Formats: sequence, structure tokens, C-alpha cells
Amino acid sequence: MTPKRMAIRAKFVIPLAVFAAIAVFFAFGLRLDSRLVPSPLIGKQTPAFELPVLHLPHASFAPKDMKGDYWVLNVWASWCAACLDEHELLVSAAKDGVPIVGLNYKDEPEDAKNWLRRLGNPYLVVAVDQLGTAAIDWGVYGVPETFVIDSQGVIIYKHVGPINREVVKSEILPFFAEAGG
Amino acid sequence: MKTPSWSLAVFVFSAMLQTAAGIDVDLEFASPEEETRYRHLVEELRCLVCQNQNLAESDAGLAKDLRKRTYEMIKNGQSDDQILNYMIERYGDFVLYRPPFKPLTLILWAAPAVFLILAVASFWLYSRRTRNKAFKSLSSDERRQARRLLDE
Repeated sequence: MTPKRMAIRAKFVIPLAVFAAIAVFFAFGLRLDSRLVPSPLIGKQTPAFELPVLHLPHASFAPKDMKGDYWVLNVWASWCAACLDEHELLVSAAKDGVPIVGLNYKDEPEDAKNWLRRLGNPYLVVAVDQLGTAAIDWGVYGVPETFVIDSQGVIIYKHVGPINREVVKSEILPFFAEAGG
Repeated sequence: MKTPSWSLAVFVFSAMLQTAAGIDVDLEFASPEEETRYRHLVEELRCLVCQNQNLAESDAGLAKDLRKRTYEMIKNGQSDDQILNYMIERYGDFVLYRPPFKPLTLILWAAPAVFLILAVASFWLYSRRTRNKAFKSLSSDERRQARRLLDE
């Protein structure tokens, strides 16, 4: 090939190659959901807290109370619209024997109680985090968030946003089959 | 009608002031250094809810809570590194507005420099080539041909 023809070919090939490279970046980049922040807490011990229980104001709940069992922590609030979307799934998971602890995030206890009375209560116990301080320790940045914790108190799974059937089936229930729950 | 325009100006200006001071004004610091550290930290930390704002700019509830946590940690005598590590342990590197330099972020950090070098190099090559073409002197044959054309 003559140098001139090679130059002409490069003229076409280079922009095409650049376009292809950019296309590949976008193909992967645009599919990522930037709102999903990977949690560095997976594989770590549950951050400790000690909070009052919604229905028993004199009692308190701490994550270490659940040691020995696999369990789910669901962060929710009555003002949270997306929490309504997942509520039914939580209720049915609870019926299937999944122990779910609620962390009521920056909510009015009365509103929270009304919500549970109206929609059903899937929670073993609801811890009241009215100031949202425990949620910060858990790296919560949007409600609802759902964590799965193993019998050693290690966080093994986290889902941000409302859970759906797929998540329950493939990410949450399997842990409870293993644990014999 | 001078008054309405004045009050409008004052209104706009105070609205601007308010957005600039997303930082809570009622915080008390033991020293100016503490305040500087606080302001620096809330600018370095990202609001996880409204991701293109830092903690200082954001009015989101979580941003307020994280500002408060930052403030309390400063008050408790924790160092900047301790505070940043606390945030990273919970929210990951993402909470930092300036991503750390590590293998995963290599492309991110290197890309601008690579593109600059590529651009400068290709501009230099291109300009050298066109300059050579423009100033190439004519051969004696070409000169004769040009003379003939001009004489016609």
C-alpha cells in the first residue's frame, strides 16, 4: 500500500476507532446506576446501637440481641413513599419465616404505629431512630434500605431502595433456607 | 419607582446568601482553626442523596445530619483523617468529592493528561506537516512552468 493510501485509510480508521472506544465506555457507563453506592459495610460487623422499641417505650433493641440468627434489618419511615411499594413483600417474607427488624428512620412514633396498624406489621421488633444517628452509622443514605445479617453479626447483603420480588427470591430468601429458617 | 426594585434586589441578594450559607450558622467553634477544618471537611464530603453537591451546598436532610456528625466529631477532638475514615467506612470512597488515587481510579486520573498529550502531539505533527508543504521550494521545472503560466 502506498503511504498516501495508508494516510487516507488512517483518516477513516482513527475517528472510527475513537468512536468505538467512546461507545464501549458509554455502553458500560450508562448502564451503571449512579445512585447505587457500593456499601463498604458488607463483610463487616453490624455497627452497634441501642434504641428504644416502638411498641415498648421502656425496652430497647441492639443488633447484638439477634446474634446466633440470620436476620434482616429494614430501614423505613411512614413518610417514605417507596417504603409503601415494598411493604407487602416484607409482610410475605415475614410470613415465610424471615426475621425482620425494622429501623424506623426519622419518623414520628405515632405515624409509624398507624402505618403498621393499617398495612400490617412484618417486624419482630421496631427500633426507633428518631434522630437518624444509628442510620448514619449503618451508612444509610436513602430509605428504604435492607440489610441481611448472618448469625455472627456480619452484614452479608445490602439493598438500597424498595426491594422487589426478584431481590427477595434470589438475594434474601436463600440465606434463610441455609440457616434453616 | 425606586423602592420595589430595591426590595427585589435585597430579596435576590439574601436568597443568594442563603444558598451560599447552606452551612448551619448557629455552630460554635472553640477556635478559628476548628471552623476552617469544619468548612474544609464539609466541602470535601459528598452528599449521598444529591450527588452533585457536597455537604456544604446541600439542603438535604442527610447532608444536615452528616454536617452535624462532622461537627460533633471535630468537637470530640477527632482528626480530619479520623473523620474522613469514618465516612469512608460507611459510604465508601464515593463520599469523597476527590476520588483517591488507586488502581481502580487510574483511568479517571490519567485520562485528562493522556488526552492533553495526544492533542498536543497530534497538533504538533499536523502543523509540522502542513508547514513543510507550504514552504517547500519549487524545483527548476516547476519554476519554469510557473513562469510560463504567469507570462501568458
